Amino acid sequence: MIHIECLLGLSAIMMFAGIYGFLTRRSTLAILLSIELMLNAADINFAVFNRMLFPEGHEGYFFALFTIAIAAAESAIAIAIMINIYRQLSHLGVDKLTKLKF
Amino acid sequence: MDYSQFLYMTAELSLLAVICLVFIADLFLCGRSEKGFDCSEVCGGKKAFCVCRMKRTLPLILFTIHTILTACPCCPGVAEAFGGMYQATPMASIMKTVLNIGVIVVFLMSNKWLRREENWIKQGEFYELVLFTLFGMYLMISSGHFLMFFIGLELASIPMAALVAFDKKRYESAEAGAKFILLALFSSALLLYGISLIYGATGTLYFNDINSILGNTDWAVNAKLFAILGLTLFITGMGFKISLVPFHLWTADTYQGAPTVVTGYLSVISKGSAAFVLLTVLQKVFCLFVTEWNWAFFWIIIASITVANLFAIRQKNLKRFMAFSAISQAGYLVLGIMDGTAQGMTALVFYLLVYLAANLGAFAVLTTVEENTGKIGIDDYAGLYQTNPRLSLLMTLCLFSLAGIPPFAGFFSKFFIFMAAFQTMGGWGHWLVLIALINTVISLYYYLLIVKAMYITPNDKPLPSFRVDCPTRWALAICIAGVLLLGLCGIAYNWIDTFSYGLEEVFAGCAGTCCGAC
Repeated sequence: MIHIECLLGLSAIMMFAGIYGFLTRRSTLAILLSIELMLNAADINFAVFNRMLFPEGHEGYFFALFTIAIAAAESAIAIAIMINIYRQLSHLGVDKLTKLKF
Repeated sequence: MDYSQFLYMTAELSLLAVICLVFIADLFLCGRSEKGFDCSEVCGGKKAFCVCRMKRTLPLILFTIHTILTACPCCPGVAEAFGGMYQATPMASIMKTVLNIGVIVVFLMSNKWLRREENWIKQGEFYELVLFTLFGMYLMISSGHFLMFFIGLELASIPMAALVAFDKKRYESAEAGAKFILLALFSSALLLYGISLIYGATGTLYFNDINSILGNTDWAVNAKLFAILGLTLFITGMGFKISLVPFHLWTADTYQGAPTVVTGYLSVISKGSAAFVLLTVLQKVFCLFVTEWNWAFFWIIIASITVANLFAIRQKNLKRFMAFSAISQAGYLVLGIMDGTAQGMTALVFYLLVYLAANLGAFAVLTTVEENTGKIGIDDYAGLYQTNPRLSLLMTLCLFSLAGIPPFAGFFSKFFIFMAAFQTMGGWGHWLVLIALINTVISLYYYLLIVKAMYITPNDKPLPSFRVDCPTRWALAICIAGVLLLGLCGIAYNWIDTFSYGLEEVFAGCAGTCCGAC
C-alpha cells in the first residue's frame, strides 16, 4: 500500500515542475505543456484525496473528470491562438512576443 | 428528481434561450457570403439590407427582452437547487441585472466595429462568445459548489480569450490573446490546486458543508493548514482574474491588444463579476479565516491602488492607460470585501454599477474615435474639444466620475465603499481608507491629464470632426444617465441594500464568527 504522503509529494513535484516550466520555457507550446502538468497535478490530488481519505463518495473523481474536459477546451483555444501567431511571425518563441510591453 | 427546481434558474434558462436563438438566426440570416462586404449586393435589394441589419439588431433586442424579464428579483428569499449546487439569492439576481445592463451597452457600442469589412462574417460569433462568457459568469455568481464555480469561471474565461484574439488579421490581437490565455490557464491551475487542497481538508466541495466542517473545533490542525494553503491559492487565482497588483502583469498588454469593445467588456463585466464572486465565496466558505484574508487583501489593495496609479501616469496609449486605471479601480472595488460584511457587499455592487456606467462611457468614446479616425494615443486627443465638443464633454464627465468628483456618481460610490471599509479590521481599516483617499488625489491628476489634452493643449491638426452613429449614441446616453443620476438618487443604493441584508440571515452563523474574529 502506497502512503498518501508519497502520492501528494508526487503531485506537489508535478505542480512545481509545471510552475518552473511556465517561468523558464521560451516556447509558448512548452509553456502550454507546463500548464497541463500543473492541471494534472491538481487532478491527481483530487483522485488521491478521494481514494485515500473520503472513499465513501465520488466527488473528487468527478471534479477531476470535469477538469480534464475543461483543460482540453483550454488547450484547444490556446493552440488556435498560437497557430494564428505562427502564421504572422513564423515563430513561437516568447522572446518574439514583444510588441506590447511596458 | 424534482424538475421544479429549474424554475430557480430563470436567468440562466432565459439567457440560454437567447444564445440558441441568436445561434440559429446567425445560421440563416444572410451576409455569410465570402464574396462581399456589401450585403445588399449579395442578397439584392433594400429588403435584404434590412435582413442584414437584423444580424446586429436581433441579438440586441433579444438580450434586452431577457434583461427586462429577469430584472426584478423573482424569488424573494434564498433558494437552493440541485442539493445546494445552485444557490439563488436576491443579491445574485441584482448582480446579474447589473451585468446585463453592461452587456447591452457593450452590444450598442460594438455596432460600428462589427460593420467593418473584416468583421462582417464574424458578427454572430462575437455575440455568441459574449453571451457564453456572460452565461459562465451567471453560473459562477449563483454557484454553491466548487465544481459549479470552476466550470463557470472557465466558461467565463475561455471564450474571453477568443474574444481578445478576435481581430484575426491584426498581430497585436493575437499576442494579447496568447498572453491572456496563458496567464488565465496558469491562474486556473493554481486555483484548482487550491480547491483540491480544500477538498482534502474537508472531504466535500459544497460551500455550506465546507464551512460547517471547518467550524468543527476538534478538526485536525493539519486540515486547517491545508485549508489555509487552499485559501491562499484561491486568492491568487482570483487575483489574476480581477487583475489585482501582484498578479496584474497581463492586464495592460491584453487591454492594449484586444479590440477596444472587448477591452471595455473585459475591464468592467468580467472584472466585476469576479470581484463579486470572490466576496461571496470568501463569505460562504472561508468566513472562519476572516483575519487571514483580511490581511492578505489589506496589502493587495494598497499595492493595487498605488502601483497602478503610478504606472497610469506615464502611459501614452489610452487603452493602456485605461488598463492601469481599471487595476486601481479594482483595488477600490475589493475594498468592499474587507470583513465580508453586508454593507461591504452593497457598496461593492453599487460601486460596480457606477464604475460600469463611467468606464463603459469612456470606452464608448474611445471606440467611436478609434472607429472613425483610427487614433488611440493621448496626444491624438489634443484639441478634441475644438472639433468634437460634445464627445469631449461626455468623456470628461465619465473621467470625473471615475476620479470621484462630487456631483457625479463616482463620488458616492467611493464614499459608500470607504464607509464600508472604514470600520473593518478593528481600526486598521482607517489606514486602508486613508491610503485609498491619498490615491484618489493621484488618480485625479492623471484623469485630468486627458481632460487637459482635450481642452487646453494646442494642436495644429486635431482629429477631424465626425458624426457619432446612432447605437453608440444610445450607449453613451445610458452611461451618462448612469453617471449623472445614480449619484443623485440614493434610491439605487438603498434598493440594493435591502437585499444584501437578506443575505445575512442565511449566513447568520457565519456573520457571528466574523464578528467574533475581529
